Amino acid sequence: MYARIREVWNRLRAFLRREPLDREFDEEAAAHLELASEENVRLGMTPEEARRQALVQFGGIQQARERHREARGLPRLDVLVQDLRFTFRTLRRDRGFAIVAVLILGLGIGANVAVFSVVDTILLRPLPFRNPERLMWIQGPPADCGLSCVTYSADAFQEYQRRNHSMESVTAYMPFYGPSDYRLTGRGEPQPVSGVPVAGNFFQTLGVTPYLGRLWAPDELVKNGRPAVLLSYYFWKREFHGDRSIVGQTIDLNNTPTLVAGVMPRSFDFGAVFAPGTRLDIYVPAIMDVMRDWGNTLLIVGRLKPGVTMGQAAAEAQTLFPNFYFSNKHPEYGKHYQAWPQPLKEHVSGRLRRSLIVLWCAVGMILLIVCVNLSNLLLARTAARDREFAMRSALGAGRGRLIRQLLTESLVLSAAGAVVGLVLAYWVVAWLGHQGSLALPLLNELRVDPKALGWTVLIALIAAVLFGLAPGLRFSRVNLQNALKDGGHGATTGRRHDRMRGALVITEIALACVLLVGAGLLLRSFLNVLNIDLGFQPEHAAAISVDYNDGGSAAKRGAILEQMLDKVKAIPGIEAAGITDMLPLDRNRNWGMGAKGVAPSPNDYALIQIVTPGYLDAIGMRLKEGRDFAWSDKADSQRVVIVSESAAKGLWPGQDPIGRTALINGQDWRVVGVVADVRDTGVERAAGREAYLPTTQAGPEGAELVVRTTLPPNVLAKSVMATLRGLNPGQPATEFRPLDALVSHAVSPRRFFVVLVGAFAGLGLLLACLGIYGVISYAVTRQTQEIGIRMALGASRARVQLAVIANTLRLALAGIAAGLAASFFVAQLIASLLFGTQPFDLLTFGAMTGLLLLVALLAGYLPAFRASRIDPMVALRTN
Amino acid sequence: MADSKLDLLQGTLDLMVLQTLAAMGPLHGYGIARRIEQVSGDAVLLNQGTIYASLVRLVQRGWIAAEWGTSENNRRARFYSITRNGRKQLAEDTRYWHRLSEVMARMLALSSDGGE
Repeated sequence: MYARIREVWNRLRAFLRREPLDREFDEEAAAHLELASEENVRLGMTPEEARRQALVQFGGIQQARERHREARGLPRLDVLVQDLRFTFRTLRRDRGFAIVAVLILGLGIGANVAVFSVVDTILLRPLPFRNPERLMWIQGPPADCGLSCVTYSADAFQEYQRRNHSMESVTAYMPFYGPSDYRLTGRGEPQPVSGVPVAGNFFQTLGVTPYLGRLWAPDELVKNGRPAVLLSYYFWKREFHGDRSIVGQTIDLNNTPTLVAGVMPRSFDFGAVFAPGTRLDIYVPAIMDVMRDWGNTLLIVGRLKPGVTMGQAAAEAQTLFPNFYFSNKHPEYGKHYQAWPQPLKEHVSGRLRRSLIVLWCAVGMILLIVCVNLSNLLLARTAARDREFAMRSALGAGRGRLIRQLLTESLVLSAAGAVVGLVLAYWVVAWLGHQGSLALPLLNELRVDPKALGWTVLIALIAAVLFGLAPGLRFSRVNLQNALKDGGHGATTGRRHDRMRGALVITEIALACVLLVGAGLLLRSFLNVLNIDLGFQPEHAAAISVDYNDGGSAAKRGAILEQMLDKVKAIPGIEAAGITDMLPLDRNRNWGMGAKGVAPSPNDYALIQIVTPGYLDAIGMRLKEGRDFAWSDKADSQRVVIVSESAAKGLWPGQDPIGRTALINGQDWRVVGVVADVRDTGVERAAGREAYLPTTQAGPEGAELVVRTTLPPNVLAKSVMATLRGLNPGQPATEFRPLDALVSHAVSPRRFFVVLVGAFAGLGLLLACLGIYGVISYAVTRQTQEIGIRMALGASRARVQLAVIANTLRLALAGIAAGLAASFFVAQLIASLLFGTQPFDLLTFGAMTGLLLLVALLAGYLPAFRASRIDPMVALRTN
Repeated sequence: MADSKLDLLQGTLDLMVLQTLAAMGPLHGYGIARRIEQVSGDAVLLNQGTIYASLVRLVQRGWIAAEWGTSENNRRARFYSITRNGRKQLAEDTRYWHRLSEVMARMLALSSDGGE
C-alpha cells in the first residue's frame, strides 16, 4: 500500500518535472553508450564499430526515452496534454471556425443554463420554507368573480382551525391589500407603504423565523392590542438603511404609533410566493375579531400533521367547509363554502408548468440545432483534413488515438462554449431576477447555482459527444490510400459525405421549422391577448393613490373629492380625472347583487367598484346607455348604480335595465347606466358581472385618482402631487402608475414566454441558415472543376445558379416537410397555451414556412452567385 | 541462431535487476544490463535501453536507490543499489516466482501426458 502511494506521488512529481528527468535520462544513456563503446574497443573493435555496436545493443534511444517516461510518469496524462496542445494549435490556425463554434455553443449552452435556472427555481426547487412539501393551500374553487369568491370569512377560517384533524397548524392571509394601504409619517415626506395582513401564526406555520427581533406577542394579536408590525428585509434596507436599532422602536403608520417587532429574513419574500410581481413592505397582524364582519377575506395555508397525506387532508377539508357558516352570528346568511385544496407548491407554480416545459423543450431544440450545426462545420473541416489524418495514420497513429484527438477537439470547443454560455446565463439570470414587475413566482430566488453549473457541464459533455461523433464516425470509414492520393476525395466518399451533411441540414431545418411554428402560434396568441377589448383605455392614463380624511362622512367625502378633482382637472395637460377605489386588473371585491323582484340565483354577485363622477371617462370606459354619476347623486338622494353589460344581461335578460332596481347587499339601488364589460380579474379571463357605485353613497376602500393625459405621467407628477399636498399635507409621496403597466404586468408571463420562445426560434432560424450556407457553399467549392467544365461546355451563368438554388430548395423543402409534420404534433401539445388561435392556424403555418423558405433560399443564393462567377479557364487550370 | 531469443515477461526484468543488485552490490545501468546478458548466456532479448525504464520504476517504488558516482574507468555514471524494502520485495518475488514456475512445470508435464 505504502509503495503504491509513494509510486503515485513519484509519478505525479515526475510528470511535472519532465525536463530535468529527461535530461537525467539523456546523461545516463550517454554514459551507458560510452561504457559500452569502451568495452567494445577493449574487445578489439575499431572506435566506429564499437560505437555502432553499442547503439545496436542499446536499442532506439527515442524508444527507451519514451519507455522511461511511461515508467516514471503519467502516460495517459501525457497523451492528453499532447492532444490538448495539438488541439489548441489547430484551432489557433483555424481561428474563424473556432470563434464561430464557440459563439454558437455559448449561445446554445447559455440559453439552456438560463432556462434551466428558471425552470429549477419555479418548478423543481422546493419552496423556501421548512418542509415545504407538507404545506397545503386552501381556497374556493376558481371562479370568474374575483377574490371574494375564493376567500373565506374569519369565522369559516377559525372553524376550520378548530375542527380539522389533519393539520398541525392552519394559517391565513388577507389578499385584499393595495400598494399604498399604509402611510409612513414622521420621517420626512409621508411614504406609501404596502402591507399584507397575515394571521398571527403565519410565519410559524411556514417555518420562517425573523432575521431580527421577534414575531408578534399575544397582546399584539388581539383587538385593540398594541399595534406591531414586522418589516420585510428590503423595506428595512430601503427605508431604515439596515438600522438594527429600529427593532423595538415605534414608527407612525397611518398616524398610529406602531412597534417594529422584527425584521423578516432576506430569503422570505411574500410577493414572490403569493403575489408574483409585487413586493410587500410590511406584515401586519390580521386580527380575526376585527375582521369578523368583513365578509370573505382570507386565503388559507395549512401544514399537515406528520403521517397525514395531502389526499386525506384535502378530503377532510372538502367535507368540512360546506358545514361552515358565512358568519356564525348570522346563520341566516347561510353556508356556501367549498374547499379546493392543493399542495402549496402546485398553487404557486402549477399553472406555469406547461409553459415552462415548452420553454425547456424549445431551448433543448436550440441545443440540438447547435450540435447539428457544429457537426456539420466539423465534418466540413475534417473532410478538408482527410489528408492530414491519413498522413498521421500512415505515420503510426492508431485509429483510437485519432478519434480521441477529434473528441478532444470537440471537448475543448464545448468547454470554451460552456464558459461563454455561463457568462451569458449569469447575465440573463441576473437581469431576469431584477424584473420586479414580471409576474412569475419565486424570481427572487433565481440564480445560477451549483445545480445549474452541473447542468452546464452535462450539457457541454453531451454536446461535445453529439457533435464530435459524426466526424469521428465518418473518419473510421476514411480510406487511407484514397485520401493520400493527390486528387483528394474519391467520388464515392464525396457523395456519401454530402448525403450525411444533407441529412444534418434537413434535421436542422426541421427543428427550426418546429420552433418557428411554435413561436408563431404563441406570438399570434400574444397579439390576440394584446388586442383584447379590455373595456377601458389603458393608454395615456395613469393612477395615483390619494389620501384624504372625510371623518367617515359620505357627505364630507363628496365635497372633498369634488374639490380635489376640480383642482386636478385644472392642471394643464389633464384631459379627464376621476377616482375609483379599485383599479381593474389590480384588486377587486365582490358583493351580492340581484334583481329586485326576481328569485335569487347562485350567480347573484358582482365585482363592485366605488367611483366618482368622471371616472368612467377618465379610465376610458364606454357608457352604452343611461348616464354617468353626478355630484348631485348625494348621500341622501336616491341610491344609483351603473352596471356592466354582462350584469344587465344576466339580471334583466331581454329588458332595458335603465330604471330597474338592483339589490346590492340587501339594499335597493336604481340602475342609471350601462357600461361595456371590463376585464377586471385578468386580461385573458372573460368579464363577469360588474357594478359601479358612487363614492358619495357607498364606502370606498382607498382611492385611486385616475387621470387621462397626453403628457407622460412623470411630467405631470410634480404638479399633481403639489395640488394633492395643497389639499392634504399628509398625502404620501406615491408614484404615478401608468395603467399600461397594470396591463403589462397582467400579461407579463405570456410576454416572457413569447419573447423567449421567439428569441429561440430566431436563433434556430439563424443557425439553420448558417447550416444551409455551409453545406451549399462547401458543395460549390468541391464542384468548382465540374462547374467549370459545364460552363466551358456552354452552360449559362443562370443555369449554374439555378442548379445550386435547386439543390438548396431540395434540402429546404425536405426539412420543411419533416418540420411541418412535427409541428402539427407540437401544436397540439401547446394548444392549451394558445389564446384565440387554433393549433393549426393556417396563417401562422404558412407565414413561418414562407419565412423559413425565404431565408433558406437567401442562404443558398450566396454560394449560387459565387458558382456563377466561376471562370472556367481558372477552374480547369487549377487542380 | 538456433533458438530465437526469449521475450521478457512483464515484471521479470524488474526481478532480474533486483536480484543482480542484491548479488553484485551497487552497479550502473550498463553494468546491470551486461550482467543480465552474461548470466542468461545471451538468451534473453534485451534492448539495453529498456533497463532504464525498469530502473526508474524501481527507484520510484523505493526498492532501489540511485546515486551519481564515478565508474571504474573514471566516467560519471549513476549507481544503483538495492534498499531494505527492495530486499523484502525480492524475497517475496522470488518465492512467488518459484511457486509459479513449479506450477507451470507441473501443468506443462500434465498436458504433454494427456496429449497422447
